[in-house]
Amino acid sequence: MAAEREPPPLGDGKPTDFEDLEDGEDLFTSTVSTLESSPSSPEPASLPAEDISANSNGPKPTEVVLDDDREDLFAEATEEVSLDSPEREPILSSEPSPAVTPVTPTTLIAPRIESKSMSAPVIFDRSREEIEEEANGDIFDIEIGVSDPEKVGDGMNAYMAYRVTTKTSLSMFSKSEFSVKRRFSDFLGLHSKLASKYLHVGYIVPPAPEKSIVGMTKVKVGKEDSSSTEFVEKRRAALERYLQRTVKHPTLLQDPDLRQFLESSELPRAVNTQALSGAGILRMVNKAADAVNKMTIKMNESDAWFEEKQQQFENLDQQLRELHVSVEALVCHRKELSANTAAFAKSAAMLGNSEDHTALSRALSQLAEVEEKIDQLHQEQAFADFYMFSELLSDYIRLIAAVKGVFDHRMKCWQKWEDAQITLLKKREAEAKMMVANKPDKIQQAKNEIREWEAKVQQGERDFEQISKTIRKEVGRFEKERVKDFKTVIIKYLESLVQTQQQLIKYWEAFLPEAKAIA
Amino acid sequence: MMEGLDDGPDFLSEEDRGLKAINVDLQSDAALQVDISDALSERDKVKFTVHTKSSLPNFKQNEFSVVRQHEEFIWLHDSFVENEDYAGYIIPPAPPRPDFDASREKLQKLGEGEGSMTKEEFTKMKQELEAEYLAIFKKTVAMHEVFLCRVAAHPILRRDLNFHVFLEYNQDLSVRGKNKKEKLEDFFKNMVKSADGVIVSGVKDVDDFFEHERTFLLEYHNRVKDASAKSDRMTRSHKSAADDYNRIGSSLYALGTQDSTDICKFFLKVSELFDKTRKIEARVSADEDLKLSDLLKYYLRESQAAKDLLYRRSRSLVDYENANKALDKARAKNKDVLQAETSQQLCCQKFEKISESAKQELIDFKTRRVAAFRKNLVELAELELKHAKVEYVSRARWLTPVIPALWEAKAGRSRGQEIETILATTGNLQLLQNCLAVLNGDT
Repeated sequence: MAAEREPPPLGDGKPTDFEDLEDGEDLFTSTVSTLESSPSSPEPASLPAEDISANSNGPKPTEVVLDDDREDLFAEATEEVSLDSPEREPILSSEPSPAVTPVTPTTLIAPRIESKSMSAPVIFDRSREEIEEEANGDIFDIEIGVSDPEKVGDGMNAYMAYRVTTKTSLSMFSKSEFSVKRRFSDFLGLHSKLASKYLHVGYIVPPAPEKSIVGMTKVKVGKEDSSSTEFVEKRRAALERYLQRTVKHPTLLQDPDLRQFLESSELPRAVNTQALSGAGILRMVNKAADAVNKMTIKMNESDAWFEEKQQQFENLDQQLRELHVSVEALVCHRKELSANTAAFAKSAAMLGNSEDHTALSRALSQLAEVEEKIDQLHQEQAFADFYMFSELLSDYIRLIAAVKGVFDHRMKCWQKWEDAQITLLKKREAEAKMMVANKPDKIQQAKNEIREWEAKVQQGERDFEQISKTIRKEVGRFEKERVKDFKTVIIKYLESLVQTQQQLIKYWEAFLPEAKAIA
Repeated sequence: MMEGLDDGPDFLSEEDRGLKAINVDLQSDAALQVDISDALSERDKVKFTVHTKSSLPNFKQNEFSVVRQHEEFIWLHDSFVENEDYAGYIIPPAPPRPDFDASREKLQKLGEGEGSMTKEEFTKMKQELEAEYLAIFKKTVAMHEVFLCRVAAHPILRRDLNFHVFLEYNQDLSVRGKNKKEKLEDFFKNMVKSADGVIVSGVKDVDDFFEHERTFLLEYHNRVKDASAKSDRMTRSHKSAADDYNRIGSSLYALGTQDSTDICKFFLKVSELFDKTRKIEARVSADEDLKLSDLLKYYLRESQAAKDLLYRRSRSLVDYENANKALDKARAKNKDVLQAETSQQLCCQKFEKISESAKQELIDFKTRRVAAFRKNLVELAELELKHAKVEYVSRARWLTPVIPALWEAKAGRSRGQEIETILATTGNLQLLQNCLAVLNGDT
C-alpha cells in the first residue's frame, strides 16, 4: 500500500490478496494497528486481542454495511479512524515505513458480522496515514442525531432549538450518550470556528447549511402551514447531515470546539454569525478581497496533480449543478402530479356518484380510491426524491465549493512563500550593497534580516509542503466519501422507487376485478 | 389499418388495433362498413382515406375509397344537425380538429436548439417528439373513424344522402370552411339556443323518464367535463415527470463519462436505468391519456349531443303546447282554425316522433357508455399493471446484481450467486420481492 495513492479502480484483484488472510486469526504482527470488527459485533473476544495494541472498533451505526467483508472493514476504516492528536504530527511527517504497511491488511481479522456496505471496492484506499493515526486505537464510534425542533420564544426574537443527540463510545467524551439543545446560529458558529482553524491549512471543512431569511421569518411569525414545517424539516435534516459529515472527519473530530458543541449544555451565543454584525461585514469584505486576489495570483504549478484535480472539481461542480437542476424539476413535477392525481380522484368520485348504472358507478368510485392512493404514493416518492437525491446533490455542490476554497488557500500559501523568497533576495542584494559600501553596522543588521527571512522562506516552504500534503490526503478522503455517499444514496433512492412500483402493482391488481365486474 | 404510419416507434401499435372501437362499442354490420384506411399529414391539413365496403344497392360499387379532409367531416356533421328529420336522434359528435400546432412548435424549437445540446440528447429528444407527433396523429385519425362508424351503425343516419355522397363522391366536395359572416351567425345562433335552452328547461316534463334523464345528463355532463380536464392535467404532469427522467439520465451519463473514480461505471448504469424508466413512464402516461382522458373527452361530447337531443325535444314540446294554445285561440275566435289545426297536428307529430326515438337513443347511449367505460377501465388497469410490473422487475433486476457485485467476498459471493440464480430461473415477482427484503434486512 503506497502512500498517497489515488483510490484505484478497485474491486478485482484486491480481494484475492485477502483470501489468505480471511482464515487466519494470528495475523497480528504489529502493534500499531487498529483492529476493526464489523459494526455491532462484540467481536473483541474472538480476536487475539493480546497481540494488538489497538482495541477493536465497536459498532459503527452510522455506517450501513451490507456485508461483513474484511475488505469492507477497510472502507469503513475511513470513518472509523480514531485519532489522537499528539501522535498525529510525528506520524504525518514520517515516511512510509515498510513495517506499517503489511500490518494493515493483517489486522483485519475480526470475524465480520453481516452488515450492509456499499464500498467494497474502496477498501484499499485507506491511506497509510489514517492507519497511523489510529495509533491510539480509540474506537471510532459516534452517532449524531438532530431532532425535535422546538420553537423557543416569540415574535421576531423566536428561534428554533434542535436537540443534538450523541451516542458514542469514544473515550474523549465524558459520557456515552448525551444530548444538548442548539439553535441554528450555534451550528454556524461551530462551522466558522472550525473553518478559521482548519481551512487555511488545507482541511476540507464541511460547509454548514445555508441561512434563509425568508424561511426563518415565516417560522418566527408563527405561520403553522405546511411550507414552514417543510422548511423546518429540511433544515433539521441538513443540520444532521452537516454534523455527521463533520464528525466523520478524523481531524475535526478531535477539535475541542466540536466537543464543546456536542457536550456542553450552555454555549456562548455566536453573534458573529449574524449577517449584519461587524464580523459578518468583515467576512464579506474578505470574500471580495479573496476573489480579487484569486484572479491576480498566477501560480507556478509544479505539481500536475493539483492542476488536474482542480480541473476535475470544476467539471464535477458543473455537472452536479446540472443534475441538481434536473432533479429539482423532477421533484416539482412529481408534486404537481400528486396534486393533479388527487384532483382527478375527487372528480372521478363525483362522476361515479352521478352515474346511475350501479356497477359502473362502483367501479368509478373504486377508480377514484385507487387514484387517491396513488397520489399518496407520488407524494412519498417526491419526498424521497427530494431528501435523498436532491439534498445530496446540493450538499456536494457546497462541499466542492469548500474544496475549491482549500485549493485557493494553497495558492495563497504559495504566494506567501514566493513573497518571502523575493524579500530574501532583496535583503541579500541589500547586504551585498552594504558589503561594497563597507558599513559594518548596517552589514550586521542586513545579515540579521537575511537570517530572519531565510527562516521565513523555510517556514513558507514547509507550510506549502504541508498544505499540499494535507490537501492530497483530504482530497483522497473526499473522493472516497463522495463515491460511498453517492452509491449509498442512489441505491437507497432506487430502492424507494422499487417500493413505489410494488405498491402500484398492488393497487391496480385490486382494481382490475372491479373493472371487469361492470356488467 | 394504417399502413403508411407504421414507421414510428412501436409502442402505440398495440393500442392501434384497439383504437378502432376505442370509445364506442359498435357492431360491425356487413351491410355497411366504413373505416379510415390511410392518412397523410401535410403542412397544415390531414388527408384521410375513407374506405367503404358495402352491399347496399345505393352505391355503384361494393368497395371504394375517397380522400376527405377534416372540414368535410364537419360539413357532414353540421348537415345532420341542421336536418329537422334527425331531431330525435343523438347526432354523433363531430371529431375535433387535428391539432399539431403544439407538437410542431416543439419540433421546431428542438431544431433551433440543436446546437446547444449533445448529439445523444438531441437524437433522444427528436425521437421523443416524433413519437408524440405520431401519437397525436393516430388519435385524430381514430376520432374521425369513430365518427364515421357511429354514423354507419345508426339505422337511420346511415341512409342519409349526404353521408352517401360523402362516402362515394370521389371529387372534392368543395366544402369550404365557414367564413367570418357564417361564423358570426353561428355564434349568435348558439347564444340564442342556449338562452332558449334555459327557458325551455324550466318547463317540467310530463314524462318521468325524460325528466330523470334530463337531470341526470345535466349533472353527468358537468362532472365528465371536470373529470376530463383533471385527467388531462394528470397525464400531462405524468409526462413531464417522465421527461425529467430523460434529463437526469443524460446528466448522469455525462457524470459517468467524465468521472475518474470507479463510480463512473455505476453512474453509467444508473443513467441507463433512468432511460428505461423514462420510456416506461412515458408509455404509462400515453396509455392513461388514451384510455382515460380520451374516453372522458369523448363522453363529454356525446353527453353534450344527448343534451342537445333533449333540448330539441323540449323545444318541440314547447312548440306543441304553443300550437295548442294557438289552436284554442283560433277556435275561440273562429279564425284560421284549419291552419291552427294543421300546425298543431304537425307539432304533435313532431313531438311524438322525437320522444319515441329519443327514448331509444338515450337507452342506447347508456348501454354504449357502460360498455365503453368497462372496456377502457379494464384495459387501463391491465396496462398499468403490465407497465408497473415491467418497471419493477427491471429496477429490481438492476439493483440485485449491483449489490452482490459489491459484496465481492467469500461470504457475500455465495449469497449474490444465489439471488442471481433465483432471478434467472423463476423471474417470479414474489420471489424477487423476498430477495429484496432479504437484502434490505440483511445486517
